[in-house]
Amino acid sequence: MPELVGGFRVEGSRPTVIYCQGLCKTYDAGKRRAVEALRGVDLDVHAGECFGLLGPNGAGKTTTVEILEGLMKPSAGVVEVLGRRWGAGADMALRQRMGITLQETRLNDKLTTVEIVRLFRSFYRQGREPDDVITAVSLQEKRNARVGNLSGGQRQRLVVACGLVGDPELLFLDEPTTGLDPGSRREIWEIVRRHQAHGRTTLITTHYMDEAERLCDRVAIVDHGRVIALGTPPALIARLGGEHVVEFAVNRHAEPLSIDRLDAIPAVLAARPDRDGFALTVSQPHVAVPALLGRLNRWNYELSRLTTRHVSLEDVFVSLTGRRLSEDTPADEPQAKEAAPA
Amino acid sequence: MTYHPLKELFLCRLRQFYREPEVVFWTYGFPLLMIVGLGIAFRSKAPDRVPVDVVQSETSAAVVAALKEAPGGLFDVHVSEPALAMERLRLAKTSLVVEPSVDGNTYRYDPSRPECITARAQVDDALQRAAGRKDAVSATDRLVTEPGSRYIDFLVPGLLGMNLMGGGMWGIGYVIVDMRVRRLLKWMVASPMRRRDMLLSLVGGRLLFTVPEMAAVLAAGVLLFGIHVAGSVASALVVGLVGAACFAGIGLLSACRAKKIETISGLMNLIMLPMWLFSGIFFSYERFPAFLHPYIKALPLTQLNNALRAVILEGAPLTSQWFPLAYLGGLGAVCFLLALRWFRWT
Repeated sequence: MPELVGGFRVEGSRPTVIYCQGLCKTYDAGKRRAVEALRGVDLDVHAGECFGLLGPNGAGKTTTVEILEGLMKPSAGVVEVLGRRWGAGADMALRQRMGITLQETRLNDKLTTVEIVRLFRSFYRQGREPDDVITAVSLQEKRNARVGNLSGGQRQRLVVACGLVGDPELLFLDEPTTGLDPGSRREIWEIVRRHQAHGRTTLITTHYMDEAERLCDRVAIVDHGRVIALGTPPALIARLGGEHVVEFAVNRHAEPLSIDRLDAIPAVLAARPDRDGFALTVSQPHVAVPALLGRLNRWNYELSRLTTRHVSLEDVFVSLTGRRLSEDTPADEPQAKEAAPA
Repeated sequence: MTYHPLKELFLCRLRQFYREPEVVFWTYGFPLLMIVGLGIAFRSKAPDRVPVDVVQSETSAAVVAALKEAPGGLFDVHVSEPALAMERLRLAKTSLVVEPSVDGNTYRYDPSRPECITARAQVDDALQRAAGRKDAVSATDRLVTEPGSRYIDFLVPGLLGMNLMGGGMWGIGYVIVDMRVRRLLKWMVASPMRRRDMLLSLVGGRLLFTVPEMAAVLAAGVLLFGIHVAGSVASALVVGLVGAACFAGIGLLSACRAKKIETISGLMNLIMLPMWLFSGIFFSYERFPAFLHPYIKALPLTQLNNALRAVILEGAPLTSQWFPLAYLGGLGAVCFLLALRWFRWT
């Protein structure tokens, strides 16, 4: 347990900005049915950290952040944000120190960029100048444009600007890049990185593993209302043992290829079925790939697809749950190198 | 630089209003169109000529001549065969069929149609006079056509009241549910915005829009139809503002839980429908059976319309309208407080 210093929990030298223990949330879904959205979530987020909640849709990410934001009460568990609890008579003071963006907010089409940012600025006693924040999210050319004339990515940057305009110690971003094109996603990442550079804390939820990997200092992988893994992205990836994944498929064959035969290939640490083919976690691809090709040739299997890539958080999720994280991961710059079949 | 949340919220509310052409039309344009349309349809004019069919016979020429010479050219006389005359009566193309004979005249008409009964009396009167009847008692007509007692005079305050009701309900109820659907309410509550500021900006905006709204309707009545505002315009404005505040409270209450635009639209129409029907917008509620009157008077629009008519048409002072004003103000305040209690912010 971290010790308490001046109302803040402190672990090492950094204060704990978010602390939650045993968080449970049960929704009444009517007709005596109850849905358990959270089943005991424990988290601690340290000052200056970019912390990611990663998980598939419906895992409980939004429920968790809405409880942390004080928008929802947990059924059980302890929540402390910036050293305080919600409902203890200081909620407004707490909100003054936080910036929040929600999932899928639809702004009013008739207002302009600067009008909306000014509106949010007016809610905070102290904060940044609206024009500075508009420049920080690269919307200065759209300063006087109405929301109805902004693209999806520009609107999302405007939403983030409203989260930043109070100069918050703690910024919540719930699925900030869902539905955006790769260029717009990278722009949002840049904004978050610049915010981080000022030593501020960010909590971001996402179901894009590449986003969590590139942006977050630490991630918690959430599934079915529980944290199933917690750590830095490299540490989580290192748990799989190897750093590379070889994915391949073979043409139709009378006798299906068995996992046991693949496990025995040199430098292969683990093999699993993947979509129409197989995925191998390997320690040394330059050993594993020639060995694989040689054996497939000997066993009379014809290779139809072969790619190698670095291990990602997606693989961590698959290894923990046996399921893929998301079916809608956008085709961002390809990480995999295509290799021609021998 | 300092920023005042209430001011910024209020400014945003104003901008959202005047940048939405449809909303501006329904708030200002539509009531004007209603006044112009209804004013023209029900303008004061000479009564239509009475259509009368005379059945062709030996004595019909004298009857036709007597009717055509009646003072004021009152009758539109049509001479026809018996079968055709009856067909025209059945189709309401004529109000009365006269069958002249040497023994006297027979009138055929439908006693359930008021215009037939009037036509029978007018035709008989004209024929009796033509035949030499003298009136036993002298009678003098004085016609009442001055401004203040015409239909358009009755109509304008009613439309004003209807508009204040619609504006208050939609201007608050719809706007809130729209913000809830867009998740803006939740987002703003997640920020350090004071909830009171948000509600004040909505109600304040609504009251501000009331002023030009009333001015436009009254000005149209005065300029186009020569309506005479007997009371002070300021008193009318006070009544209008109290009415608008009352309906803003009702709008807020109807919107306090609704999660969908469909829900709030249905709910508000349900609340407004009885008032459209009963509250004396187009005709006086006193035409309804007496046992309904206490219920009709309990409707806020009835109170608002009564007060508006008293102040605008009769020049009643504000103090005489303390009851409707207190009723509207109290109802609005109760709705506002209940809405605050039950409001769904997230």
